[in-house]
Amino acid sequence: MIVVAVHTPSRLGRWLVSGPPLAYLIVFFALPSLIMVLASFRTPGEFGGLAPLIEEGKLDLNLESYARFFSESVYAQIFLKSFGYALLTTLFCITLAYPLASLIARSSRRYRDLLLLLVILPFWSNFLIRIYAWMILLGPNAALARTVNRVLAWFGHDPVPLLFSAFAVLVCLVYVHLPFMVLPLYANLEKHDQALLDAAQDLGANAWQRFWRITFPLSLPGVYAGAALVFIPAFGIFAIPDILGGPEDSLIGNVIKQQFLETRDWPFGSVLSIVLTVVALAFAGLAAWVARGNLRTPSSARGSRA
Amino acid sequence: MALLEIQNVTRRFGDFTAVDNVSIGIEAGEFFTLLGPSGCGKTTLLRMIAGFDLPDGGRILLKGEDLVDRPPERRPMRMVFQSYALFPHMTVEGNVAFPLQMAKTPASEISAKVEAALEDVRLTGFDKRYPHELSGGQRQRVAIGRALVTHPSVLLLDEPLAALDAKLREEMQIELINLQKEVGITFVYVTHDQTEALALSHRIAVMNKGRIEQLDVPSKIYGFPKTRFVADFIGHINLLSGSVSERQGGVITLAVEGLGPVRVTSASPISVGGAGTIALRPEKIRIQSSAPTDSPDNHYRGTVGDLLYMGDVTVYKVSIPGGTRIEALLANSQSGRAKFFEIGDAVEVSWPVDAGHLIEE
Amino acid sequence: MRRRRRVVLWAAALAGYAFLYVPLIIVVAYSFNNSRLNAEWVGFTLEWYDKLFHDQDMLIAAGNSLAIALVASIVSTLLGTAAGVAMYRYPSRLLSVLVLAPIAIPEILMGVSLLIFFVLLNLTLGLVSVALAHIAFCIGFVAIVVRARLAGMDETLTEAARDCGASPWNTFRYITLPLIMPGVIAGALMAFTLSIDDFVITFFTAGAGTVTLPLQIYSMIKIAVTPEVNAVSTLLMLLTLALIIIASKLSPTLLRSE
Ligand SMILES: Nc1ncnc2c1ncn2[C@@H]1O[C@H](COP(=O)(O)OP(=O)(O)OP(=O)(O)O)[C@@H](O)[C@H]1O
Ligand SMILES: [Mg+2]
Repeated sequence: MIVVAVHTPSRLGRWLVSGPPLAYLIVFFALPSLIMVLASFRTPGEFGGLAPLIEEGKLDLNLESYARFFSESVYAQIFLKSFGYALLTTLFCITLAYPLASLIARSSRRYRDLLLLLVILPFWSNFLIRIYAWMILLGPNAALARTVNRVLAWFGHDPVPLLFSAFAVLVCLVYVHLPFMVLPLYANLEKHDQALLDAAQDLGANAWQRFWRITFPLSLPGVYAGAALVFIPAFGIFAIPDILGGPEDSLIGNVIKQQFLETRDWPFGSVLSIVLTVVALAFAGLAAWVARGNLRTPSSARGSRA
Repeated sequence: MALLEIQNVTRRFGDFTAVDNVSIGIEAGEFFTLLGPSGCGKTTLLRMIAGFDLPDGGRILLKGEDLVDRPPERRPMRMVFQSYALFPHMTVEGNVAFPLQMAKTPASEISAKVEAALEDVRLTGFDKRYPHELSGGQRQRVAIGRALVTHPSVLLLDEPLAALDAKLREEMQIELINLQKEVGITFVYVTHDQTEALALSHRIAVMNKGRIEQLDVPSKIYGFPKTRFVADFIGHINLLSGSVSERQGGVITLAVEGLGPVRVTSASPISVGGAGTIALRPEKIRIQSSAPTDSPDNHYRGTVGDLLYMGDVTVYKVSIPGGTRIEALLANSQSGRAKFFEIGDAVEVSWPVDAGHLIEE
Repeated sequence: MRRRRRVVLWAAALAGYAFLYVPLIIVVAYSFNNSRLNAEWVGFTLEWYDKLFHDQDMLIAAGNSLAIALVASIVSTLLGTAAGVAMYRYPSRLLSVLVLAPIAIPEILMGVSLLIFFVLLNLTLGLVSVALAHIAFCIGFVAIVVRARLAGMDETLTEAARDCGASPWNTFRYITLPLIMPGVIAGALMAFTLSIDDFVITFFTAGAGTVTLPLQIYSMIKIAVTPEVNAVSTLLMLLTLALIIIASKLSPTLLRSE
């Protein structure tokens, strides 16, 4: 089929259609992002926030905020901690998503859409409500905390709070991001050819070997895609530690929020935001790159077990 | 001057030439067919006529006017798409009325015109149905009705019957012929089915690799193919190649390897020693136990190598001792017998000197 | 052997589904619980809903949320449909990046960059700034749905329309638009849901005086857990659930194309 838009005043049509959304996104997305980059090279205003971008007719840029970021190790530590939380979240999501995705991929067509819908629906319920649910579940008077502490008491251990802890933050991070992992994994597993597994069984591979040597390596592109989808939002999260975490569970998102709304050092907040974006996108880029490499040479993705 | 003039039209995709310097003149009221194998550029040419694509070289003129600056909606031609392209969210009536509405026809006239068009394609009473509630043949008719309703000067049809089953296709062929006679609109018809082309058309252009190989009336295309390609593409044919060994009056003798001398009447100016091919239709060949030796016809002895019983006819493949195989076709009906000969029978094939047709190479 | 493995798989998956749903079910259940503490089932009551509908702050927040979501979904549907059509018809890298980036980057980034931007512009933070921000991130979601719908459409239909004498605009109006309409509506419902649910970006662009439902919920749960939050959560979930189910009926790929 030849698709050529002929004779249309195609220039005009093109600008009439793409012009408005393009203009909107340039003004309300690209420009603000650019200004934030500029702001990271500026100084805070007299009363916090940001000094005007242009003072006395010239743009006075400096590297002070970047210097501060690299000289005070506390920020690197927080980044590292956030990275760790995001990574753990990703790993837990993979572990939990695998049985869900395989079940959906293997179920009959009739139930498949329903099972998939059931994974996605929670994603569409309000973000705060999902955090709040864990406040209730992990609350000191709730059944879970009481049971845990009763067990601990048998062993002569002091009671521990579940809420406002690293545990609460991690559980909720996994909870909120799980659908992002199930979907790409399902999309991948669904395409697998059952004949491969049958052939492997025929060749004498047991269930574990079949999973580890065939299903898992073949599913890696889906795993990487899911990892990128989970890691990026988890890395920049602030609401979950803010609500469910204790004072030591502050992540980079919380520091950024603090810089913008409390300390009001916007240039420094901008630096943190930019570093956050760079790291997150680098991770996603890496995942995409590895996934693409794996698609071409599935043998290189073989599990390390012999 | 013809109604639709295609002058030296060329279309390239990268360094591939899909349509190569094609010139055709199509007369008003004609049923004109572009025939050729898949990928030969038929659709590309049709889309340039309709205005969905522009030639890289050459001109397309309608009633003497160059169409280059006219977008598809401003060309008084309509296309019938192979996939029908009926608007799924509109009823049959809505589909057929659409071109009228676009042409700003007064609302009061629309329903009468829609009704007339539906009558033309024998779909009266189907106006409130949606496309998905129709059979393939009915959809095809809606597509044609929609194309005809504004009485365009040319109707372009791209393999309109390809998606229909054999029986329905034959019915629709007859309907198309009658319809074209009735409305008197020029049809430009694209197909890769040679029997369909022969049955429907006033004239046929046989295309190959973007070029026109032969443009003629069906009987000439069938009986006097100009090139090997045309001969081979249209129906079954025996092709006997050799060099001219003698010419005497209107009769040329060709020395065919593996067969012997073959005589054929030809007005061709070909000289002795030149290469040529004789194209010979299987149904023009006689096959007998023995032929009268005093006849001036070409005749050769051989044995039946293969036979294909096809119901009304039987195809015999006769092996000549020199190595050539000649295909002959015999009707079964007259005798009531299923077959005249069996495999291995010694037979004699013969044909008059004017049965074949010489193609120069 | 096979059967045992199936049982293990089912058990694991069931645990997964329980993990996803138990928290939400508890939120809903406790909204009917006759106890101030969200800890134990005491008895059925509608008291918290009654309280909710007499809570002035909550009603104002709900009004704000609805107003923002309405404006944001209408404008982003218009712009997002145009973007989806443009991405399909005139593919360009710049547009794709600008449309998809707001979805791909961490949300907080968009929140703080818009905060800087609005303050530099001297725009008072409030309903307007929040709506402007919501439109920016909703465009992409609408565009994706619309483009998927267009990609599923038979291209010869638009050619047939042109052939029938329709100008490019009329072709869009009478053929393309009606055919992609389910996608457009699904996109609009999605935008509405995203806007009414958004917390992070709203948090940074709302300023001090403006409260939306998520912001109100946030400030309530920062102070204490109260069943009134359960009640408003239940209603909000019901609303988004309804919208998303309708949207997915209109655009079956929607729930799969995350
Ligand atoms: N847009 C395009 N880009 C590149 N090549 C094209 C394009 N359109 C057509 N072609 C090529 O041009 C040639 C002619 O195509 P066309 O569709 O005209 O064939 P056709 O004769 O209609 O064949 P069919 O009977 O299969 O429909 C084909 O080889 C095709 O691959
Ligand atoms: Mg074709």
